[in-house]
Amino acid sequence: MTASAWTALAPHIFLTGGVTLMLLAISFIRRGPVTLALTLAVLLGTLVSIGYAAGAGTQLIDDFLLVDGYANFFNALFVVAALVTAVLTYGYVAGRAAQQEEFYILLLTSTLGAMTMAAAAHFGAFLLGMEILSISLYAMIAYPDSGRRPLEAAIKYLVLSGVASTTILFGMALVYGETGSMEFDQALAGDGVLSRVGQGMILAGLAFKLSLVPFHMWTPDVYQGAPAPVTGFVATVSKGAVAALLLRYVATTEVLEFKALFFGLSLIAIVSMVVGNVLALLQDNLKRLLAYSSIAHMGYLLIAVLAVASAAGPRMAAETGMVYIVGYFAMTLAAFGVMTVLSADEDVESLADYEGLFWRRPLLAAVLGAAALSLAGIPLTVGFIAKFYLFAAGIDGSLWLLVWALVAGSAIGVYYYLRIVFSMTKASAADGETSRSWWGPATVAILGVAIVVMGIYPTPLIDAAREALHAFGG
Amino acid sequence: MNILGLILLMLGAGAVAGLSEKFHAAAPKWISLATFIVTLAWVGAFIAGDGYANQHIAWIPRFGISIVLSMDGLSQLLVALTLFLGIVAVVSSWTEVKDRPGFFQFNILWVMAGVVGVFTALDLFLFFFFWEVMLIPMYFLIAIWGHEDKSYASMKFFLFTQISGLLMLFAILALVYFNYAATGVITFNYHDLLNAELAGDVAFYLMLGFFVAFVVKLPGVPFHTWLPDAHTQAPTAGSVILAGILLKTGAYGLIRFVVPLFPEASADFAVWAMFLGALSILYGGFMAYSQSDFKRLVAYSSVAHMGFVLLGVFAFHEVAGVLVVNDLAVQGAIVTMIAHGFSTAALFMMAGALQERLHSREMSNMGGLWKRAPRMGAVTLFFVIASVGMPGLGNFVGEFLVLVGAFKANIPLTVAGALGVVVAAVYGLYLMQRSFQGTPNPDVASMRDFGLREMSVMVLMMAGLVWIGIHPQELLDLSAPVVQALWEGAP
Repeated sequence: MTASAWTALAPHIFLTGGVTLMLLAISFIRRGPVTLALTLAVLLGTLVSIGYAAGAGTQLIDDFLLVDGYANFFNALFVVAALVTAVLTYGYVAGRAAQQEEFYILLLTSTLGAMTMAAAAHFGAFLLGMEILSISLYAMIAYPDSGRRPLEAAIKYLVLSGVASTTILFGMALVYGETGSMEFDQALAGDGVLSRVGQGMILAGLAFKLSLVPFHMWTPDVYQGAPAPVTGFVATVSKGAVAALLLRYVATTEVLEFKALFFGLSLIAIVSMVVGNVLALLQDNLKRLLAYSSIAHMGYLLIAVLAVASAAGPRMAAETGMVYIVGYFAMTLAAFGVMTVLSADEDVESLADYEGLFWRRPLLAAVLGAAALSLAGIPLTVGFIAKFYLFAAGIDGSLWLLVWALVAGSAIGVYYYLRIVFSMTKASAADGETSRSWWGPATVAILGVAIVVMGIYPTPLIDAAREALHAFGG
Repeated sequence: MNILGLILLMLGAGAVAGLSEKFHAAAPKWISLATFIVTLAWVGAFIAGDGYANQHIAWIPRFGISIVLSMDGLSQLLVALTLFLGIVAVVSSWTEVKDRPGFFQFNILWVMAGVVGVFTALDLFLFFFFWEVMLIPMYFLIAIWGHEDKSYASMKFFLFTQISGLLMLFAILALVYFNYAATGVITFNYHDLLNAELAGDVAFYLMLGFFVAFVVKLPGVPFHTWLPDAHTQAPTAGSVILAGILLKTGAYGLIRFVVPLFPEASADFAVWAMFLGALSILYGGFMAYSQSDFKRLVAYSSVAHMGFVLLGVFAFHEVAGVLVVNDLAVQGAIVTMIAHGFSTAALFMMAGALQERLHSREMSNMGGLWKRAPRMGAVTLFFVIASVGMPGLGNFVGEFLVLVGAFKANIPLTVAGALGVVVAAVYGLYLMQRSFQGTPNPDVASMRDFGLREMSVMVLMMAGLVWIGIHPQELLDLSAPVVQALWEGAP
């Protein structure tokens, strides 16, 4: 390996080292604040080393990992999301679990898995990243709260996610059987039946991880059962990593040139938009509502994936996906962040619990309102820019049916997102509870500001995405 | 003139007004009032100076999106109307809103800032941006300070406008894409897109996307059903803004975007649009007559009046074998927009004043109120007469010009529209009769009449209507170049 390959791997190495260090540290000092401080230090160090790694340019490491601008962009995003989650979890876990230290280690390992997925160029890296991420998540879901529901959610996620992983693994085996190669860019060679079936299985497994219809059944239960900060993490980093991998996979292997897969994925996208939005209409639990909304949003995101194989081209598609995922991270983390801050003592997740929040906790309500409007795609928020990009990519690629589904889905979506805002503005008799911490509200406030700033002035975000895509897709 | 500065000033004042609640409960309304007076004076000075404002600032270069704000005659008129009705809205809710006055004034200032943006933006992305910005504060105004059925009304309002807005966004992006495919340049600039060359059927569908969005806002039958609910349930200031200004954004969109961007498609569609216009006039009139709720009656009368706008804008007539925009009718539509802004805002303010005093909007609970409050009676009579279309007042000029122009385009539909004037007289006088005339209602022993505060804005609006009615030339001069440009843009 060359020196610049080591530079490119700096974030992975730093984070792995950080995990080891933390394992040692908590054997001696089991104190929440110390562990949190260490976690933040490791994550910030990783963030710095991503900047350092970016200097090395595009590096293909042993045909295994491809560390380029695209990977670094997502890695930075995952680390920031992990930072937010760490800060939010601190207040949430304090009153629940007797020993919270290991939670942070799981948070770091899952981030490592996500980072590996974003840089994967080989089936091995693909599977390795995905399993590091998933296995950490099983434990994270069940960790902070020893109640029944988190345990149920964790087991459900373990079993179903395991099925998805094996499906992907089997698909990989079929592709390998035909092409004799595990590298993404060699998968092009396979155009026989075995390879096609294998590619279909890989896509189906990924669709499961993205909770697309008809592979979405686990989503509402896991969202509801998992502790609020972990739900936010599952909804963002876990899905973001899969989406980042899917985009690169589709762009490199050109698997969607096979029309049956293209149509199949289009159908999944449309059905996800419709089913997700329609079922979200019926929810009175904010977590379940956001779960169905995320199904719809992943359906929207598939427009970017499908645009890879359309006239829009891989670069426009990847740019759309990147902007969309950044926006989706900001608004989803903000929504679950507000929920986490409010759930310091007991879980606050029924929509009725949010009545009058505007008058009790104006800051938190404003952030949740901004997140809801952003998810609905209303201007002034990053959600609008993200949706705008999808429209642009869809129209550019002449994916008219998908764009119509996007219009229809967004139209339905407005209703339930607005319900969140509306219940917050209702008059409420409940008195205002006092906030225990300042860092929770401060974190979500930053997310709220990010939603609005990126919505009003998206140029830096767009420039960053384009810069990162400098060498993307050949 | 620095239009962006004007908009930012209003947004900033909104934030300050929102926060000032903590210091004094009356502070927000004074800040809001002062903002509208200052901005109106600013715009007034600009109009008097005969300037032409144009701002161009890069915003999202990736997609050729810029902040393009400019103010020609039509925009000047509508911005001035907006700011003036801002004053009316603040004054009309002076004593009504006691609950969270800071957030209330914040919403009023933000909705108005969004409207000023809509009336001045000449970049389609920016236009859509402002189009949605004005939506959320309006939603809050209805949802928080509205009357008994506010949650239903506010949700309906939001869904109608948002869904039609999505159609428009789709149409905007498709327009930009087809222009990009033809020229290789991505741009959202209005002037660039005016020259976009589109295939006939593509232009037609894109035109429909814009048309539906604007007709929902206008509103025209059959997209009007949100209006009676929203207007009736909104607080007085909300109704004033909705009827006075927000409906005009729909009319403005038809004049500024639909006809110039798609002249041929609009000409092809003109008969249907005129039909919807005539239908709105008659349907709105009949529905207004059958209402028992003062505010709902005025709301339906807006549907009828906006029907004239639709009739006028689409009164394409044949000159030398091609269909062209009818400048008389479009001028009439513009005058109707301004005059309706005054007359309906005044009637909604009256409805609010009555509700504040009687705690009811039902006309069966009124009757003979002239005796209790002669000034209110006189004011109502004036605006009812104006709204009916009495010669000498602004609405007459507008409707007359529309009908004269439309006569050249389509005689049966013009006759149908003219019948609407008769219907208007019926429901207008009926409103007057049931509320202020007739046997005094014994339950209403006494009622506070209008004071100096209310009378001063009412007198200003009366003066405006009389001025438009007697001397419409200055207004027509302001809007003439705009109509001229439409004419030139036509095939």
